[in-house]
Amino acid sequence: MKLSALHQSYLSRRSNSFRSSGPLDSSSDTGYKSPAAVFWLILHGLCCLISLVLGFRFSRLVFFFLFSTSSSNLYTPPFRSAVELAKTLDVQSVLSSSPFANNLRLPLPNKTATNSRVVVGRHGIRIRPWPHPDPVEVIKAHQILERVQKEQRLQFGVKDPRAIIAVTPTYVRTFQALHLTGVMHSLMVVPYDLIWIVVEAGGVSNETASLIAKSGLKTIHLGFNQRMPNSWDERHKLESKMRLHALRIVREKKLDGIVMFADDSNMHSMELFDEIQNVKWFGAVSVGILATSANIDKSSDQEEEENPIMPIQGPACNASSMLAGWHTFNTLPFAGKSAVNIDDRLTVLPRKLEWSGFVLNSRLLWKSGEDKPEWIKDIDKLDGDVESPLGLITEPLMVEPLGSCGRQVLLWWLRVEARADSKFPPRWIIDPPLDVTIPSKRTPWPDAPPELPTKEKPETGIQESIVKHTTKTRTSRSKHRSKRKHETRTDTGFDKSF
Amino acid sequence: MREWSWGFLFIALAFASSIAAERNPRTERISGSAGDVLEDDPVGKLKVYVYELPSKYNKKILQKDPRCLSHMFAAEIYMHRFLLSSPVRTLNPEEADWFYIPIYATCDLTPTGLPLPFKSPRMVRSAVQLISSSWPYWNRTEGADHFFVVPHDFGPCFHYQEEKAIERGILPILQRATLVQTFGQRNHVCLNDGSITIPPYAPPQKMQARKIPLDTPRSIFVYFRGLFYDVNNDPEGGYYARGARAAVWENFKNNPLFDISTEHPTTYYEDMQRAVFCLCPLGWAPWSPRLVEAVVFGCIPVIIADDIVLPFADAIPWEEIGVFVAEEDVPKLDTILTSIPPEVILRKQRLLANPSMKRAMLFPQPALPGDAFHQILNGLARKLPHQKSIYLKPGEKILNWTAGPVGDLKPW
Repeated sequence: MKLSALHQSYLSRRSNSFRSSGPLDSSSDTGYKSPAAVFWLILHGLCCLISLVLGFRFSRLVFFFLFSTSSSNLYTPPFRSAVELAKTLDVQSVLSSSPFANNLRLPLPNKTATNSRVVVGRHGIRIRPWPHPDPVEVIKAHQILERVQKEQRLQFGVKDPRAIIAVTPTYVRTFQALHLTGVMHSLMVVPYDLIWIVVEAGGVSNETASLIAKSGLKTIHLGFNQRMPNSWDERHKLESKMRLHALRIVREKKLDGIVMFADDSNMHSMELFDEIQNVKWFGAVSVGILATSANIDKSSDQEEEENPIMPIQGPACNASSMLAGWHTFNTLPFAGKSAVNIDDRLTVLPRKLEWSGFVLNSRLLWKSGEDKPEWIKDIDKLDGDVESPLGLITEPLMVEPLGSCGRQVLLWWLRVEARADSKFPPRWIIDPPLDVTIPSKRTPWPDAPPELPTKEKPETGIQESIVKHTTKTRTSRSKHRSKRKHETRTDTGFDKSF
Repeated sequence: MREWSWGFLFIALAFASSIAAERNPRTERISGSAGDVLEDDPVGKLKVYVYELPSKYNKKILQKDPRCLSHMFAAEIYMHRFLLSSPVRTLNPEEADWFYIPIYATCDLTPTGLPLPFKSPRMVRSAVQLISSSWPYWNRTEGADHFFVVPHDFGPCFHYQEEKAIERGILPILQRATLVQTFGQRNHVCLNDGSITIPPYAPPQKMQARKIPLDTPRSIFVYFRGLFYDVNNDPEGGYYARGARAAVWENFKNNPLFDISTEHPTTYYEDMQRAVFCLCPLGWAPWSPRLVEAVVFGCIPVIIADDIVLPFADAIPWEEIGVFVAEEDVPKLDTILTSIPPEVILRKQRLLANPSMKRAMLFPQPALPGDAFHQILNGLARKLPHQKSIYLKPGEKILNWTAGPVGDLKPW
């Protein structure tokens, strides 16, 4: 009976305050308290009462500051409300954990621990004066991470990685900077040697040259003397011709590596570059097709419900993981509703099999290969339009399926273009600076009244109108608002000096 | 002509061996202070006799609460099971070198799963009384050739609060026995000189099931998940972890290199495999299963616990594997970690990748060669042969059976 009662009290105390052990432990030992202990008890009780009134544990703080070492920075806990304190100031816990005794014990080594420099009791929380990241340390840490990852690649990654030859057909247009920068950044992060062949329709231009110069990669910039036509069909045909042109250059220069087709508006994952290292001669990966539909009306809603899965183009395998056929894009739902011209706001359809889903060993293209397979056609003899890389080989079943037999989607195909008549500043630099700053109708100034001056005004006029706005609003707004206005003024000032 | 052929043979051999070495992932053999002790086989070096205690000391307790099999103190149960079917077990106590008392002292759990140590001293005492009266072997040496597994917070001191544990000290009747415990701190009352420190139990199957491919790049610099302030028992900080965990939080909560938080993510094991350093700071006690998890997942342990004695310290060169940071140096932790040269970091990772290192930290069922059970037996074997002085003359008594708090003397 007695046992169970004790057990119960232990349990209840344990669930309330875990680490404040029952006073039964200590009180059973000491029946008689010394006067010093009584004195400390009374003093402690007095301090507790005062702190209840005042609302913070000043007793702890006082003794802590009195006895703590000056070298360490101390953490002063935030003041707590009296209500919180009343809850936590469980009298029994206070008595048994006896912070006083522990604080007093702090400067003296614990008498029961022999020669130990580790002291039991309350310690300060050391915080350095500026607890924020140091940029030098961050750089060093990143260097360490890079080294560790390089070692991981060496040990567990692909053995003897081959260089990658990326072929990108492009032409100057509004979205070129957007798409090409995306591909460029992906290629810059690839951990293997890379040669980037950029074939440009309409000849070599400064636009493209300045864009790809920023990459720091080994680039071969080729011009193709034909302008990019305006219909998607023609565009696909021309792109195929451009890619063949690039392959001829690979053959001429006897570049060694793995040729992959990185179209400029595609999205590539880094696993793609790891996976294509496994190709022997000719491989295929699965491409996810993100066919856009700009007009979402009711009928296409229904169709989208029917085909909610993203269509995939790629190799299909049979049960024994051998290539059995191809998954291609189903164009039937989009019949008649697909974009014909580049700036049509309708779904852009891919070809049956996109070039970007194939990779080949560059030695296939060389004139004289030691152990070149016979099923590759000589590209010099090809002249016409090759719709897909399968046109380069005579036996389609020799293609190796990559990415666990096409189950992994490693890149995504997308075609998004702006209107044909859209203009953009050359090299996306505004030079000389704009002379006129006109507030557009759709984005008015933040605190402006509804009517805006629509007439074009010279520089000084605009300054005045802005000043007028601020004077109008300063009377009604607070200081905070006027600060914002000041910021907007400096913003426009900044624009102009640019 | 003969020298030429010998030379050629030698070169061919060297070439072949280098190719063989290249094939395996680069690991380094750990040479402990006593040679490659991790791979020692204890079978044949010692004999252990397992006392047959009534089931109220072991099986019945386990039946009452099967959670004891999966918490971090489960080593005592698995050690018993291992010894029952191990080749080192002998049924003849006359030829035994070591005697094992199977008592599950850490299996009295609260509803939330924390063990209560209040009855353990009485339980141990009652077991020892039973042994000394039923068999002559305890009285022969007063327990000097007996060993107990005491994996609780402060081991044989049987309390979770450090001040109280120090007050109590090691249970007087266990003073001469060898204690196999998880707690280890130098110059601490609760660690005897001859004790064997072991890693806490971490579930091997769970960890094995959550392994990720080894080529996943390690992109987290420092990783930690756990409490920084124990708000239930020490709201303002300063007691818990001697303020070290709170210092880590306050100094590095804004640092992008430190992925530290109190969350319980479902991808905890996977994240550890993506980190370079894993913090293993002390909590209420200096040891934690984080060390085991860090070793198994190849993350370099950063040990922040002054004077800690790590598991199998005489067999594993922890200084070469982990990074030790003094508690007062916690504000400079980022500087300390980034100033380690990359070659040293890669070497530590190679040492951690050694499968014998990982196995030595685990308690697999069934037992594998080189696992923690075998390391414990190796440790016991290294203490053999027993010195003649442990054998007492008849009638001689060294232990004080009535020492300790009055509450401990009550029968169990």
